[in-house]
Amino acid sequence: MSTSNVNLGLTNVGPETHPLTWRYTQAGKAVTEIAEYEALEGYSALRKVFTSQQPADVQAEVKNANLRGRGGAGFPAGIKWSLIPMGPDAGQKYLVCNADEMEPGTFKDRFLMESLPHQLVEAMIVTAYAIGATKAYIFLRGEYLLAAERLNAAIAQAKTAGYLGDNILGSGFDLDLVVHTGAGRYICGEETALINSLEGRRANPRTKPPFPQLAGAWGRPTIVNNVETLCNVPPIMLRGADWFKGLSQGKSPDAGTKMYGISGKAKITGLWELPIGTSCRELLYTHGGGMADGLELMCWLPGGASTDFLMPEHLDLPMDYDTIMKAGSRMGTALIMVVDNQQNIVSVVRNLEQFFARESCGWCTPCRDGLPWTVKILQSIEAGEGEAGDIETLQQLTRFLGIGKTFCAHAPGAMEPLQSALKFFPGEFEKGIQA
Amino acid sequence: MATIHVDGKTFDVEGSQNLLEACLNLGLDIPYFCWHPALGSVGACRQCAVKQFADENDTRGRLVMSCMTPAMDKTFIAIEDAEAKAFRKSVVEWLMTNHPHDCPVCAEGGHCHLQDMTVMTGHNTRRYRFNKRTHINQDLGPFVNHEMNRCIACYRCVRYYGDYAGGTDLGVYGAHDNVYFGRPADGDLESEFSGNLTEVCPTGVFTDKTHAEHYTRKWDMQFAPSVCQNCAVGCNTSPGERYGEIRRMENRYSGSVNHYFLCDRGRFGYGFANRKDRPTTPLLAGSEQVFTIDSALDAAAELLGSCARVLGVGSPRASLEANFALAQLVGAGNMCSGLGAQEQALNRQVLEILQLGLAHNPSLREIEDADAVLVLGEDLTQTAPRVALALRQAAKNRGLQMAAEKRVPDWNAAAVKNIAQNEKSPIFITSLAATRLDDVAAQSLRASVEQQARIGFAVAHAIDTSAPAVTGLNAEEQAAVTQIAQALLAADKPLVVSGTGLLASSLLDAAANIALALKNQGKAVGLSLALREVNSLGAAMLAAGTADLSLEEALNALINGAADGLVVLENDLYGRAPKALVDSALAAAKHIIVVDHQATATAGHATLLLPAASFAEGDGTVVNMEGRAQRYFQVYEPNYYNAGNLQKEGWRWLHALAATRNNTPVAWLNLDQVTAAVAQSCELLAAVEAAAPNAMTRIHGSKVAREPRRYSGRTSMRANISVHEPRQPQDADTAMAFSMEGVSGPTNSSALIPFAWAPGWNSPSAWNKFQVEIGGHLRAGDSGVRLLDPAFDAATYRTLNLSSASGLVLAPIYHLYGSDEQSARSEVVASRVPASYISLSTADAQAANVVDGQNIELHSGGFTWSAPLLINASQAAGLVGLPVLPTSPVVNYGATVTVKGA
Repeated sequence: MSTSNVNLGLTNVGPETHPLTWRYTQAGKAVTEIAEYEALEGYSALRKVFTSQQPADVQAEVKNANLRGRGGAGFPAGIKWSLIPMGPDAGQKYLVCNADEMEPGTFKDRFLMESLPHQLVEAMIVTAYAIGATKAYIFLRGEYLLAAERLNAAIAQAKTAGYLGDNILGSGFDLDLVVHTGAGRYICGEETALINSLEGRRANPRTKPPFPQLAGAWGRPTIVNNVETLCNVPPIMLRGADWFKGLSQGKSPDAGTKMYGISGKAKITGLWELPIGTSCRELLYTHGGGMADGLELMCWLPGGASTDFLMPEHLDLPMDYDTIMKAGSRMGTALIMVVDNQQNIVSVVRNLEQFFARESCGWCTPCRDGLPWTVKILQSIEAGEGEAGDIETLQQLTRFLGIGKTFCAHAPGAMEPLQSALKFFPGEFEKGIQA
Repeated sequence: MATIHVDGKTFDVEGSQNLLEACLNLGLDIPYFCWHPALGSVGACRQCAVKQFADENDTRGRLVMSCMTPAMDKTFIAIEDAEAKAFRKSVVEWLMTNHPHDCPVCAEGGHCHLQDMTVMTGHNTRRYRFNKRTHINQDLGPFVNHEMNRCIACYRCVRYYGDYAGGTDLGVYGAHDNVYFGRPADGDLESEFSGNLTEVCPTGVFTDKTHAEHYTRKWDMQFAPSVCQNCAVGCNTSPGERYGEIRRMENRYSGSVNHYFLCDRGRFGYGFANRKDRPTTPLLAGSEQVFTIDSALDAAAELLGSCARVLGVGSPRASLEANFALAQLVGAGNMCSGLGAQEQALNRQVLEILQLGLAHNPSLREIEDADAVLVLGEDLTQTAPRVALALRQAAKNRGLQMAAEKRVPDWNAAAVKNIAQNEKSPIFITSLAATRLDDVAAQSLRASVEQQARIGFAVAHAIDTSAPAVTGLNAEEQAAVTQIAQALLAADKPLVVSGTGLLASSLLDAAANIALALKNQGKAVGLSLALREVNSLGAAMLAAGTADLSLEEALNALINGAADGLVVLENDLYGRAPKALVDSALAAAKHIIVVDHQATATAGHATLLLPAASFAEGDGTVVNMEGRAQRYFQVYEPNYYNAGNLQKEGWRWLHALAATRNNTPVAWLNLDQVTAAVAQSCELLAAVEAAAPNAMTRIHGSKVAREPRRYSGRTSMRANISVHEPRQPQDADTAMAFSMEGVSGPTNSSALIPFAWAPGWNSPSAWNKFQVEIGGHLRAGDSGVRLLDPAFDAATYRTLNLSSASGLVLAPIYHLYGSDEQSARSEVVASRVPASYISLSTADAQAANVVDGQNIELHSGGFTWSAPLLINASQAAGLVGLPVLPTSPVVNYGATVTVKGA
């Protein structure tokens, strides 16, 4: 996938309608220099906030905007922020940007960081101000070398411009922003594992409670937000919560736009910034041009490998958090993966489970030992060497590796494609069982 | 308090615990792996799942991990829920996908927590049919075996070794189902507490290598409640015996002393009891005569009868009863403590300070509660290691407090660790050189013995200006003094720790002054003073008020003819007085009777050597540094395996000898009678009989079985000698039986617990079944009785008297392996004893123009010693460090010395 396929075919791309991508589309290229960015309304949200607003105002505006977390879980960012202790006794706090984008089929944060690095830097400065964090980290996927280079350059430029460092714009607020590149573990996308990794510990998730807002990085109050979530903060501060909610008017109760994307054998794969609640049919057939010639859609994953398969009959559902949840899956990152009718669904699932088994941190038993077993059974079925009872064992695994039974959401996420494949395509699995 | 509902029954629980602890406390079994009473909860293994319901009307519920769920009021759970049971069974099934099922050849088998949990969950058929992952094992040194293929990745080992014990060389590597617990490379585990891995590990990854050398299943060993003989802490142990040999030393839980953990000297230093060169029959010098007990006593009485004055040399490693019997034998004025004058005076001083009652002498559990600590001069990790481990826990109190402020409970171990980060309760350490406890210290001050005493006195003065002031501190030391005083004053439970290790009365005086100063400021202060040996304090208490001689006095009396007979009890004089002096005295003595279980150099000079029982073959009472009298019980009867074995407790030999010599009846037929006599004749030991239940104690009419229920092969044990199985030895001394018949497992009525076992619980996890509350005290009371809790009357500050010595001073350096005579006689410990050396600071080495590794000579008076130089960059200037090792000479520490290249 090339990141140049962004907003392909969209017209009238502007700040009022495409707050995350309009600069890129209008410039026709990545906006990496601070002067270019400033010429396109860059740092105007920051200037507005720092000259006229208190942290509580920013928190209130974002809460009012109903900005839900774009990393996949959809937790409202404003509510997350409201849990962090404020006031003079709150002590050291941290803001961490979760930029460890490793969800299979997902590449939206990569685009945002490579093409619009200043947008994230501005967003983090405003957010850090809102929560009173004087130290902020971008925990970046190690393979995102270009993003690292451009973010570091953007940070240096922002420092020179006085947007970062001590006493930003005379506000008395100090912020140090650092890019920390990860060493390549999927689990680092889990916010508490990310914090452990940031501290130099093994990337095992932490138990919650206590939540990071109370005891996060180095035991201090910490907010972790996804790249896309943060990038929505400056436009909200510039144009207001009501404008943000209006972006998805008539499509979804969720607010704003969403970076949607397609991977798999569609005619066009890429990224589009669309109002949240856009249907998969519009995404796949209007923007993606439908399936590649000669192929039919068998099923699709709505937002990464750790979501349940949906079927062609689900294409008209609005892609928002609650609707997809009700349909039995999760919106996740909203970058869909399409599976065509020439694929063997057992192989597809086996491939996904191999990924999850490999990426298990090894902390809790069901995940560490249950996922490799799952893989081995699937390999056996794939090879036509499945045994009686294997499907029942897989079904039991999907239940016992579910939410609440494992330490974190890794194994439950891994079970989502498996349990939905077993539900929608039981015959494909039964074919692999020896008589 | 909280009311919880479990499987439809209602229980009142304490309320601050998690559900797993609460249920275990109630006697309800929930299987678990990653949780450990001393390590808290981390929620990794998912084995302790139960079904939790929102309220009494909720029938659906959801699975929760009981270890991670608070036992709050109105909690409704079901352990017996079908889904919960199926899930728990699945957890074991997952663990078994990679476990090798090699129980028949695994050393853990029979006391394996994994076996117990597998049975408890009902997992009995494995559906997994694929290959297992395998690992390469490591050589972790002479103590601990490594078999990673058995690992179930519960993470207990790294949590214990790193988080609890402060070790840095055991870690977890890799990810997913390929996690590996081991060292960066093969090599000896560095921690002084590595042996606890064998009990912390719920399966056979870490096992006791010394046990493997002569392996016996747990159920085939005979056990007795015992007390570690290798330092003055008095950890409770459970030695296991088969065929007249100690096969393994396991921790015996004590809620007051050692809890779940021993040090490696204690766990692996039992081999002295198994030495093949031990005396087992009476030996008359220059004779081949075969003795019976009676003929040996007659011979001994005759020898003593031919002497004009017989001196008795007692021992701090012998029981109260044996020392007392010796004093009775030789009579007033003829008893010697067996200690050099310097150590004897220090032990007396410790006792004198403890008797003032100006501070509480804490148990290890109480040491763990301290929130500010000053360690004055004692290298605890090497001299009283289990105290050092307790101090590591004390350092965590600040973190627990920080967690509590965020409403995170103590048991939520990972969260507490995250919140605490590097914050610690303040611990200050003064020492000659870097110590292995410095990593938890807020500040470590390295200074000469005298300077450490000055610092101590200055701290007392900074706390209470009426304590004497001192001069001679530099600005850095003065700043530290202020900081230490402030920290101790700010603490709720301040603690001062020192000891006799540096052989300096000024340090003990300084510690007493600090305790008094804190007391005068209204603080409830703890004072813990380490001594050298298992019964150092007991021997000092026994001798209190008597005119016992120092070893030098006794030896000189022999040399100058004031005495001509000598009875030595379990003591190697060559380890306590200069060789020349001992040689002359032994040569001058007319007859020497040695009662010992070790073939020491002194025993080699005996006219008559009487074979004493070791801790494994006899009973006795010892007093630890806490002032706690504890009983060790005979593990086995050597005579059962070989009728020629005549080892008897020291007190039995000495009392019988006195009866023979005086032609009086034998008054003490069993241990209780001797202990009663001790209690009667010695005021400080008046309560000593309460150290253990007496021999008449019965539980439900029965004695307590030393052997597990499944003890096998007894009828064939002696079949090579005779097919007739003899009657089991009878134990008149205690309420224990040399049998599998009798009481086994948890009871409410007795502290006589030979080994950890309860129905369904074969591993050390069974201790849960003996406790009032999980990790707390034993239901029947922790073993032993505290003897020194005097009420405070009055005390005055001590003044600092320092010699005006200048130049280099000789200072003792302690080693966990080697500085204790007895454990160093164990082969495996001997392999870890360092080679002899002389240490200097970098500057002193430069001044003396000597280089690292070079052979150097030290001179003091007429004394000369030579060894390779070890330059210790952390060592304070002005010191010549000489390690306390079996190969080192007995020297006058504190003396001025000169060094030069050899």
